[in-house]
Amino acid sequence: MLGKLSWAAIPLAQPLPLYAMGVVGIVILAVLGVVTRNGWWPYLWREWLTSVDHKRIGVMYMALALVMLLRGFSDAIMMRSQQAIAVGGAQGYLPPDHYDQIFSAHGTIMIFFVAMPFVVGLMNFVVPLQLGVRDVAFPVLNSVSFWLTASGALLVNASLVIGNFARTGWMGYPPLSELAYSPDVGVDYYLWPLQISGVGTLFAGINMVTTILKLRAPGMTYFRMPVFCWSALTSSILMVVAFPILTATFAMLLLDRYLGMHFFTNDGGGNVMMYVNLFWAWGHPEVYILILPAFGVFSEVIATFSGKPLFSYRSMVLALLAICVLSFMVWLHHFFTMGAGADVNAFFGIMSMIIGVPTGVKVFNWLFTLFRGRVVYRTPVLFAIGFMVTFVIGGMTGVLLAVPPVDFVLHNSVFLVAHFHNVIIGGVLFGAFAGYNYWFPKAFGFTLDERWGKASFWCWLTGFYLAFMPLYALGLKGMTRRLQHIADPGWQPWLLVAELGAIVIFCGILCQVAQLYVSIRTWKDRRDPTGDPWNGRTLEWATSSPPPAYNFAVLPKVETIDAFWDMKRKGLGAAEPAYEAIEMPRNSPIGFVIAFFAVAAGFSLIWQIWWLVILGLLAIVGVVLVFGWSEDREREITAEEMARKERARRQEQARWRPGQAT
Amino acid sequence: MTIGTIEAVGPELVRGRGGGGPASTRTVVAYGFWIFILSDITMFSALFAAYAVLSGRTAGGPTAGELINLSHVFLETMCLLVSSYTCGLGALSAERRQRDRFLAFAALTFMLGAAFLFIEIWDFAAMVRMGAGPSRSAFLSAFFALVGMHGAHVTSGLVWLVYMAAQAAAKGLRPRVLRRLLCFSLFWHALDIVWVGVLTLVYLIGAR
Amino acid sequence: MDGDDRLYDRTPGVEDEEPTANFLSYTTGFGLAVLLTIASFVVAQTDLLWAPGVAVGLVVLAFAQIGVHLVFFLHIGTGPDHTNNIVALAFGLLIVLLVIGGSCWIIANLNANMMPM
Repeated sequence: MLGKLSWAAIPLAQPLPLYAMGVVGIVILAVLGVVTRNGWWPYLWREWLTSVDHKRIGVMYMALALVMLLRGFSDAIMMRSQQAIAVGGAQGYLPPDHYDQIFSAHGTIMIFFVAMPFVVGLMNFVVPLQLGVRDVAFPVLNSVSFWLTASGALLVNASLVIGNFARTGWMGYPPLSELAYSPDVGVDYYLWPLQISGVGTLFAGINMVTTILKLRAPGMTYFRMPVFCWSALTSSILMVVAFPILTATFAMLLLDRYLGMHFFTNDGGGNVMMYVNLFWAWGHPEVYILILPAFGVFSEVIATFSGKPLFSYRSMVLALLAICVLSFMVWLHHFFTMGAGADVNAFFGIMSMIIGVPTGVKVFNWLFTLFRGRVVYRTPVLFAIGFMVTFVIGGMTGVLLAVPPVDFVLHNSVFLVAHFHNVIIGGVLFGAFAGYNYWFPKAFGFTLDERWGKASFWCWLTGFYLAFMPLYALGLKGMTRRLQHIADPGWQPWLLVAELGAIVIFCGILCQVAQLYVSIRTWKDRRDPTGDPWNGRTLEWATSSPPPAYNFAVLPKVETIDAFWDMKRKGLGAAEPAYEAIEMPRNSPIGFVIAFFAVAAGFSLIWQIWWLVILGLLAIVGVVLVFGWSEDREREITAEEMARKERARRQEQARWRPGQAT
Repeated sequence: MTIGTIEAVGPELVRGRGGGGPASTRTVVAYGFWIFILSDITMFSALFAAYAVLSGRTAGGPTAGELINLSHVFLETMCLLVSSYTCGLGALSAERRQRDRFLAFAALTFMLGAAFLFIEIWDFAAMVRMGAGPSRSAFLSAFFALVGMHGAHVTSGLVWLVYMAAQAAAKGLRPRVLRRLLCFSLFWHALDIVWVGVLTLVYLIGAR
Repeated sequence: MDGDDRLYDRTPGVEDEEPTANFLSYTTGFGLAVLLTIASFVVAQTDLLWAPGVAVGLVVLAFAQIGVHLVFFLHIGTGPDHTNNIVALAFGLLIVLLVIGGSCWIIANLNANMMPM
């Protein structure tokens, strides 16, 4: 009846996950209680859960990412603490079985449920505004994408309470991940949620590519698009072509596990390395999916806060396109040591070095943008400068690792771990934080507290270096990754410094929590009435903060790059345009409903409750068919309604910035 | 042809490309679906790659040469190809708002697609019965996954076709229905393109 | 929003203004595809050709048939209104070749270095 599910699935014998879930459970219940008591459910349902507005969906993506950052970080600090303590004779507090699940969950959650949602959320929020249009190409699909990602996150976290997570690491290599060596549900808790959220990500990529290529304001040719939109385009193209490879690869592993097939098994003719090969054929483009939008954020932030146009727009665009294509030609560098010959290793090694060149071009362009600019040192710029130093170091260690003989020494050591955290934290996370600070006023109408923002930056920067620089040294000394126990006591001082770094990062996170709390509490003092708190250059700053649901009453006519800067210079937009009625898509519960059944289907696939699987899948198909039959999809916004809103906005702006109304 | 007109207007002012403003819903929907097809092709390429790599690993079991029945494959191919043709003619009828002709072509397309599936499932069942199922060897796993995934796409296409026929019959050939039919045609033709790949790599080259 | 911009920006599958041209297009395409299919089956089973060349010939025929589908059924052209479609197609083709070709090269290399079983 219930497949493999039984009471034994709840880890009563293991106190740590139970306490963790207990705390989380109490917090969740408290939040639900507050929402219920204040009667916020209708508002939440109407304005957020069923919203198809790209701005709302973007905010929800980022909220998911920030919450999952807390989960992923708790895994991180648990690992750091274990490694700091369990040296020589000491065994630490995490048994190997548990430790293995923690590093697997840490990687999975950070990549798929922190970095990806953050980046997709930023793109979702910003791109239609920068393109001067009202929404993405497929708003309902956008909602479905978000809710599928959230479903995946929920299922992965369910492994804390019911069952266990994979012990294979976040990559899930066979033969360890095959049924013979991982007979329990752990690997299934890894595979099924990622398949579900992978569909969501694919749809998000399709949506973004179509939006950028087919929906732009009049006059916005390709070379007048903001660079962030170019980075969103290249990242989304990679999402569209890379994620299906992961879907196919996971499907094959699932077929091995569930139907006894032999793609990656040791027996029956399977080829274990084919998994590794296909996984990284996805995996390498994935890291570029993450970093390209971060590059876009930095381009916007640096240009705005230098008060200068971005240096060499065209080479920036070309660099993005080059990285997009090259990212599919380097993937073997993730497994140089796994038996390929010198010719294959040499080819991929050289390609991996070549791919560093366009990034170098971008770094120089950012530097030249800052040079002789009137730089205003707000939090986003601090993260940008911190990024440039940190990412360059990480990139250089990457080029070092791209040399196959060097990689033979350093593969799967903590040198590698330091490298990828260097580029992901220095690149993706700092980009996410910069974007968060930069666009927060646009989303919510008030700025974030500067002092706490700067404090969070310094904590993250210092904490990062303390936590990961020792790992470079340890990697060169021979320490491998994923160690639950350290045999060599000489390594402990380094690990203690790394632990200190994790604690400092934790302070950075606390600063960010404080920043949000303080900002909300004092929001009236930091309101952004003009919609343009940073003297921005691109079109999103031409709207109010937050923008109305329809973004622009009349789509702007674009004549140059940095369209809004141009409009401000020419004093355009002072005259009131003629308003016409428009149609906006109605909200839809379909995303939420599909996610509900996806969670049911996913959970029952993991536990092999077959009748529930069939019910869940049929329900999803049924919901889609029923939704497809409906006609009443759009609502009209009358010209009077728009005129009213726009006039109020113009009056507000005229008060704050006379002569610069838009 | 329209090319002369476009050059005269200039690329700057072309809708949906260049600086002409947002494209029409029809263009947006069709292009979005084209990009989805692109992603589907990539997924198939991973399965093709797995097949290419594993096709020789028969673990002492049956090989491709022993299992393939080329006359069945020829029948399947012709069914799918003709169904692509009838799908195209159906699309033409739909564009001309000829609902009954469209429904007739849709029915033909469905029957041909169903015939394709029937032959394929018949062959699969026979293979399983003789012990050449997907869990016998890596080669067979890859075979069943690649060909089976294509078959699963054909199946969903047939379900979709029935749904579209129902919509056309109930609501008429209004713009939203026409846009979806455009997507369906793209899908159906893309499936035939993938089948050309499967046919060549798995059956024709494999059977030698 | 739903205005007719088919003249300016074409997506694959969209029918042309002149239906007769399209009917001819489909029928020609169908005829060519049938011929190519029969040719493939003949080439696959004949003994008249040099054996290693057969695989290459089949691949060429397959590409030809895919091209027929793209041009005659999906109406993909080379005009400026088709640029986005062609670029997407070309990129997709590149990825397919990299994934399949790359995997074959890499795995063959790895297999060559495996110990004899």
